[in-house]
Amino acid sequence: MKVEGKRKIWSDYQKDIAYDRFYYVRSCIRQTVWPGAENIYLRILREVLGKEVIESEHHTTCTGIGYHTEVVPFETLQTVVARNFALMQDAGFENYNPSCVTSFGIYTEILDTWHHFPEEKQKTRDYLKKATGREFEEPKNLAHTSDVIYKFRNEISEKSKYTLINKVTGEPLKVVDHIGCHYAKMFPAKGVGGAEYPHVLAGLVEAWGGEVIDYPERRHCCGFGFRQYLVQANRGYSISASKKKFESMESFKPDFILTNCPGCNFFMDRWQYALAEMEGKTYDENGNGIPVLTYEELAGLVLGFDPWVIGLQMHQVDVEPLLVKMGIDYDPNQKFKGINGKDLGLPESPNNLNFIK
Amino acid sequence: MGKLFDKLNSDVRFIEGIKACINCGTCTAICPAAEVYNYDPRSIANLVQTRDDSVIEELLRGDSIWYCGECMSCKTRCPRQNAPGMIIQALRKLSIETGLFVESEKGRQQLSLKRMIGESILETGYCVHFDHTSLDMFPEQGPMWQWVRDNREEVLAKVGANYRKHGPGAIREVEKKDLDELHRIFEITGGMDWFDKIEEHSVRKAEEMKKDIGTDKSSTYFKDVYTINNQEKHTRS
Repeated sequence: MKVEGKRKIWSDYQKDIAYDRFYYVRSCIRQTVWPGAENIYLRILREVLGKEVIESEHHTTCTGIGYHTEVVPFETLQTVVARNFALMQDAGFENYNPSCVTSFGIYTEILDTWHHFPEEKQKTRDYLKKATGREFEEPKNLAHTSDVIYKFRNEISEKSKYTLINKVTGEPLKVVDHIGCHYAKMFPAKGVGGAEYPHVLAGLVEAWGGEVIDYPERRHCCGFGFRQYLVQANRGYSISASKKKFESMESFKPDFILTNCPGCNFFMDRWQYALAEMEGKTYDENGNGIPVLTYEELAGLVLGFDPWVIGLQMHQVDVEPLLVKMGIDYDPNQKFKGINGKDLGLPESPNNLNFIK
Repeated sequence: MGKLFDKLNSDVRFIEGIKACINCGTCTAICPAAEVYNYDPRSIANLVQTRDDSVIEELLRGDSIWYCGECMSCKTRCPRQNAPGMIIQALRKLSIETGLFVESEKGRQQLSLKRMIGESILETGYCVHFDHTSLDMFPEQGPMWQWVRDNREEVLAKVGANYRKHGPGAIREVEKKDLDELHRIFEITGGMDWFDKIEEHSVRKAEEMKKDIGTDKSSTYFKDVYTINNQEKHTRS
């Protein structure tokens, strides 16, 4: 009886994730800062999992960052989103699959708004028709890209070349996860595990052999806060929030941080660099910082893709200590090479953060 | 009930954001902004419930409504399913519509956000674009990012991006006909009017403050609103 009760509760935190035929849309931040992660996601779906996934070259931003910085009105946001839905319909797809967590939050908010305020949906239909001549339907399924990797975590595990086991010690790697606020804090029923039992990343770690660390500030915001980072005057807000998380995870000695939001991945990486430069402090024992990976990057590593094709050279905190722990066979000399091995020179070293050249 | 309150109450975010506040303060306890700013979302919820236009106008003129990061952690935790973050969205909209945003230091930042994010949407099809991420504006990106920017053609091609080229792919060139559709959506839905309001009221304020505002990111007014932080006033000691 007790088990059934728990199972029933857990069922409230599950979500329906499409099995195939995904309509993929890019993220403003992920395609800019982690373009290799977006590329490797598509390769995993197509080449490893054999899924059909399409990207229309005509889609655009959802304008979510503009909306959350109050430069884009709600009506405009809804209509741009409706245009992206219309493009999916034109392509003959029904399973909307955004790369961005802010966007995912925007879509959940708009679909919820249209449910409770049908007049907003009608207004959006009229605006879209007038502006573009297009018509739209709501997607049948809305899943963030991390949801899809979660759904196929066991299939990825079966095809994996590496696991999250420390090759030297034989112990599971210790992983702290950080889930973007707009994944499930606004509409918990739309995220795997909701806001209380975040499992969309923990499920990957468990499936691939690692150990999830439940650190105290696990659910605290990374500090993006939209205007609180984008305007330089406000960045104290942003770095303070990330610092609070680093301090909270430090004593657990994590091997890496895993994220599902492109912005969070950026802040977890870059604010470690900034804190090292400002305060001479790193949150690992060796002055390297704690490596930060997105779920696509981690899936790519587990499956044996080249770290420099995944784009891990674009991180400011070096990932090499993690590659060594996972026993990954990689060529350190290719890190700063271009296509066809072209020598691109070396970046400057930070003052306080160790940097492997 | 006042005219400002009526406008707030016509915003679906406001209707969704406040139902029956029990003043428990859970939102303030969980709020990342309340940790660093003199900010208390519980009191914002209280103040809008007075339905008093003079109280609401004071909010629209002030810094406090601009402290929120819209992370929406408050929405998760509120035992009554309110969302102070959504009340803030409605207040900010009204502050822009009335032009009162230029009366506070944090509100005046709208000019920089319009010229950075707003214009990027219409120029590139994305809120943030690789070409706009110089270390001058974002120095915390570090020397690795400078290396990526210096070698963008090679590095971006290696990781599978389609930088500034046509067809699908990361950081692709969005076609003019698609940008034109975006532009028309902005015109018809009030997005362009919103941009114009931010510019017009900022120009008025810049004249009052005797600062050059120009039309790009190089003016004194832009630089000041982008960088000035009166920390004593905004932060908790």
